Amino acid sequence: MPGTSPPSPLEPNRVVPLSTFLNLTFTGLVVGAIYGLFALGYTLVYGVLRLINFAHSEVFMWGSFAAVWMMTLLNARAGSGGPAAVLYLLLALLAAMAVSGAVALLVERVAYRRLREKKSPPLVALISAIGASFMLSEIMGLRDRIAGWLNLDGVLGDYVRPARENTQFVNPLPNATLLDVGGFQVRSTQLIVLVAALAMMIALEQFVRRSRLGRGVRAVSQDAEAAALMGVDQKRVVQLTFLLGGLMAGAAALLYLMHIGVTRYNVGFILGIKAFTAAVLGGIGNIRGALLGGLVLGLAENYGSQLFGSAWKDVVSFLLLVVVLLFRPTGLLGESLGKARA
Amino acid sequence: MSERALGEDQLVVEGLSVNYGRIEAIRDVSFRVPAGGIATLIGANGAGKTTTLKTVSGLRTVRAGRIVFEGEDISRVPSHQLVKRGLCQAPEGRGTFPGMTVEENLDMGAYTRSDRKSAAYRADMDRVFTLFPRLAERRAQAAGTMSGGEQQMLAIGRALMSRPRVLLLDEPSMGLAPKLIQQIFSIIVEINRQGTTVLLVEQNAAQALRTADVAYVLETGSVARAGRCAHGVDPRG
Repeated sequence: MPGTSPPSPLEPNRVVPLSTFLNLTFTGLVVGAIYGLFALGYTLVYGVLRLINFAHSEVFMWGSFAAVWMMTLLNARAGSGGPAAVLYLLLALLAAMAVSGAVALLVERVAYRRLREKKSPPLVALISAIGASFMLSEIMGLRDRIAGWLNLDGVLGDYVRPARENTQFVNPLPNATLLDVGGFQVRSTQLIVLVAALAMMIALEQFVRRSRLGRGVRAVSQDAEAAALMGVDQKRVVQLTFLLGGLMAGAAALLYLMHIGVTRYNVGFILGIKAFTAAVLGGIGNIRGALLGGLVLGLAENYGSQLFGSAWKDVVSFLLLVVVLLFRPTGLLGESLGKARA
Repeated sequence: MSERALGEDQLVVEGLSVNYGRIEAIRDVSFRVPAGGIATLIGANGAGKTTTLKTVSGLRTVRAGRIVFEGEDISRVPSHQLVKRGLCQAPEGRGTFPGMTVEENLDMGAYTRSDRKSAAYRADMDRVFTLFPRLAERRAQAAGTMSGGEQQMLAIGRALMSRPRVLLLDEPSMGLAPKLIQQIFSIIVEINRQGTTVLLVEQNAAQALRTADVAYVLETGSVARAGRCAHGVDPRG
């Protein structure tokens, strides 16, 4: 059936209508902003500790379930609208941010702090991170059995089953079409996701740049010893960094659910790699770089899947990463939390 | 006046030993810093000067001995708590925050102060700019783009922003041109005159001895000699 076969990468010369291009651009930016928000956790922790927190993907995943469960708890109905819908979404945002922030702090406490105090080599922390990541993921994937052991299966049935399948997110906000010009559409959910993600990132950047604690974070990332000499408590800064990254990942998780609609216990794996890629692409340790990297990655994925078919989406984006790093090894905006000051 | 009247010992280090792993970095180091004076630790590269200073600042772990600051044992106090107690170090070389502006660096010096943005804070900022006019010219410049001498001045100015009662200086002359060294030392004397006790670690022994009231010579991790200096030679002359 030649008519229905996926487009071959060897025949890319198809004309793409302008409206399709605009749609791809817009949704690419929406997804990219989510990647950017998620990527902040990798970038912040790297900036302060020179450590890749591989458990950050699970911080995101736990936040996504917190949002789903909040909607279950509130008995929300899809598309019901009204002021209640806005309130529900805000509660889901708070739940996701709180749970993600708490999981991030837990990871720091359990998987990293002791290793840092013992001045262990970085590779040990990496293994510890991977272990923490599997733990967090599998606890979620086996939550039905855990509930069974505790005899809470009946009460928590709606929350724990099916543990290893996709779980739907109920979005009470109707998805209205705000704009439709010759096929180019802007939907309300997409616009909310994009604006909210950008607003969160601006807020974080301002916090790190202007607040006293934020300056402490920048100081530790630029020169940890000098920061200690100036009275910055590194332990507090590290905790704050994990917390901030977790809060942002929680927000990203809710926005992701609004855009995609489902989550599962291993959703963090591929998404975490994407967000990490965004961080590296923009320049790891660099807050604005995370946003730029996320947006570039989102666009590349969308354009790539249009040109070569969606099966090639990830190939295109990772090829882009390799090419960018070949020419700019420190990423688009360069490394370091502090040098990103502008 | 060949010798100044000096107060009680404000900082006392007794029998200090520090290891890097299994290697002994300093052994049984003792010295005293009189209140209102300038004390100096001099010695060759690798004699243990910087290690000693970093240990006083809480950046290295004390294996044996103790450090007493204004009557209190601070041997186990973590470095970030020492600033509030009145002890602040300007680290050697380029220990500034490279991605921050001059003004942000100075502000980091006031990190533990609760009166930031007050009149007293502004006055301290002005005092630093008066001592170091170069820094005033470069307020908005990123520290990482400045010369070694300018960064050294910034590191000293930043430490002053914490209003230390004892200022620790690690090799302020390192890598500087002779003319600039003169300038930095005369500023150290001025800071001391304004009421701050100074502990100065230096490789430039001649200059340090001309500036200090008391001197200790470190050799391979131990104090080899100690004594009062023939003060009164104007370091600017």
